Amino acid sequence: MKLDIIIAGVGGQGILSIAASIGTTALNNNLHLKQSEVHGMSQRGGDVQSHLRISDKPIQSDLIPLGQADIIISIEPMESLRYLPYLSAEGWIVTNTIPFINVKNYPDIDVVLKEIKSHKHNITINAEEIATEIGSPRSANMVILGAATPFLQMSYEELEKGIKQIFGRKGEAVVETNIKALKAGWEFTKKNM
Amino acid sequence: MEKLLLLGDEAIAQGAIDGGMSGIYAYPGTPSTEITEYVQHSKQAKELGIHCDWSVNEKTAMETALGMSYAGKRAMVCMKHVGLNVAADAFVNSAITGVNGGVVYTVADDPSMHSSQNEQDSRVLAKFALIPTFEPSNQQEAYDMAYDAFQFSEKYKIPVMLRITTRLAHSRAGVQRREVKQQNILKLPENPLQFVLLPSVARRNYKILLKNQEAFRTESETSTFNKYFEGSDKSMGIIACGIAYNYLMENFQDKPLNFPVLKVGQYPVPRKIINKMVEENDSILLLEDGYPVIEELLKGMLGIGLNVKGRLDGTVPRDGELNPTIVGAALGFIQKQENKIPELVVDRPPIFCDGCGHIDMYNALNEAMNPYGKGRVFADIGCYTLGALPPYSAIYSCVDMGASITMAKGASDAGLIPSACVIGDSTFTHSGITGLLDCIVEKTPVTIIISDNSTTGMTGGQNSHGKGRIIEICKGCGVDPEHIKVIKPLHKYHEENTKILKAELEYKGVSVVIAQRECIQTLKRRNAQKFANK
Repeated sequence: MKLDIIIAGVGGQGILSIAASIGTTALNNNLHLKQSEVHGMSQRGGDVQSHLRISDKPIQSDLIPLGQADIIISIEPMESLRYLPYLSAEGWIVTNTIPFINVKNYPDIDVVLKEIKSHKHNITINAEEIATEIGSPRSANMVILGAATPFLQMSYEELEKGIKQIFGRKGEAVVETNIKALKAGWEFTKKNM
Repeated sequence: MEKLLLLGDEAIAQGAIDGGMSGIYAYPGTPSTEITEYVQHSKQAKELGIHCDWSVNEKTAMETALGMSYAGKRAMVCMKHVGLNVAADAFVNSAITGVNGGVVYTVADDPSMHSSQNEQDSRVLAKFALIPTFEPSNQQEAYDMAYDAFQFSEKYKIPVMLRITTRLAHSRAGVQRREVKQQNILKLPENPLQFVLLPSVARRNYKILLKNQEAFRTESETSTFNKYFEGSDKSMGIIACGIAYNYLMENFQDKPLNFPVLKVGQYPVPRKIINKMVEENDSILLLEDGYPVIEELLKGMLGIGLNVKGRLDGTVPRDGELNPTIVGAALGFIQKQENKIPELVVDRPPIFCDGCGHIDMYNALNEAMNPYGKGRVFADIGCYTLGALPPYSAIYSCVDMGASITMAKGASDAGLIPSACVIGDSTFTHSGITGLLDCIVEKTPVTIIISDNSTTGMTGGQNSHGKGRIIEICKGCGVDPEHIKVIKPLHKYHEENTKILKAELEYKGVSVVIAQRECIQTLKRRNAQKFANK
């Protein structure tokens, strides 16, 4: 088993929670893991990404080679495209459709979405809307993780367990909100695949 | 012992805690910050009474660690690569004094300059100071080297360097812990003159340091961190240092590796093993995540004789960090890459947070400076450096910690009046106070804006030594209290703030304007904590 994931977004959007949830689940399954992340200057509203590598064999590089990622999970639509050179021919893009516009020359969002949809394997999801519907607008990142679940080679139940571990110390309510968001995203993909 | 999922930085911290460290000393700097933060948040470290407060800068950090070593205990100093420049005086001389308790200097280099002004390679400085260096390839080695380095340091009474690069610092993997070692007891140096670098003592100590080089080399040649893997294809031998080894191996996941490989993790350079590699192979490929340090040694000044490939002949790009794709290209592998970045994707540079006080400070400063034209404001290292970018375009320098005040002084000396500068509270205490004193002694006409958000913001909100002390420090240095102005950088005070800045720019002496408002990030965190505690 080998899974190379790029998690993308803008500094502050919560990509590390996604990485931690998948990572914890992988460790629960006794898999090897390497996860590189961005700290420092870019965290101030710049583009950020995490390379998450999971395998049943020892992993060498902390970075994913170009053209080898199995999936790009992105909390921001334009950011999902920034890492396309990493994506393999059969790889999936799972992305939020709601742009985070903090640059003047942000491209027309319709053109961005059209570009994403031109790729063979893509899931585009309005995570903000779904998160708001379930009463937790700040859980958009977990909705997107839910939407990516079918491509992660781990079961929904295992991932739910991982999230309980990650958010456990923040209390029952936080765990419940995140799981609700995860489930909503998961169901969206099952319907739209 | 348990297995933990740790960043490279955290693995070093845990290795040092388990290795019997009594104190960690540092000033925050990406990518090294998380080492000290890990110790600060560690329950184990707290129970063991390990010192872990921030220092005012890397030089004080290193000297304090040397004091702890003098008293017999083990200490670690952490910094980013440019921090080593700040501590260079202590660094080089500590190789001459040697240590009593073990000392490890952990230096995190930043090839590709993700969050830095340059990509200097600290291995060059370690060689310059004649101290041994460890360079891990993964998180487990980072832990093991931190753990073992104290013992090495005490064996030869020499401080050692642990050199990492950004990728290892900020990448997580599983780490197996080892047995926790006891801290050393208080014990003065056997030789009371060991740390007294009078020329007579220094000459003696230096001879010992030179003599030890042979022993350090033997240690490198027999170290388990330097491994030679035999190979049948002698057309090329590959030397891979630190994390470059992983990038090399990544390229042979689905094909056999027949070239002999030397994995380097300990310096000085293991001469005998390299000699074997050179003798047995037609050419050598060097993979170093940083400067071509070993490559230059092998090639020599004239570049004749050996067939050496690497950064100097263009096989590997001359600058920037390595990755598996670059290493694959150096090996001549064709990369499969189906997709390009679509042209519609635009850059997203870092920006000020919404509600940041620096924004209002720059808006007022730009208006106050308007009559004089552009090019008169020097700046420093911190979030406020983003003021160089549009829409502010307010500053014209960012060189090193503290250089804003001194460059403003130099420009003023040259006749550029008014001359102003912007510096943060933490940078001011790190290296700005001495420059201020230069201005005061000469009564130089400069306007110094201290943008005081009461934290070390760029690295994530660590305690600032300047918090609550800036006004008193300026007064104590001798700034005329009439020309120490405190403003609150908020939109609603824009006109008032602009007026104050205008008046101070007209003043022909040293004036300090302190723009004081808490960092929006630390404020948010404080409020969230308040909420959680309710």
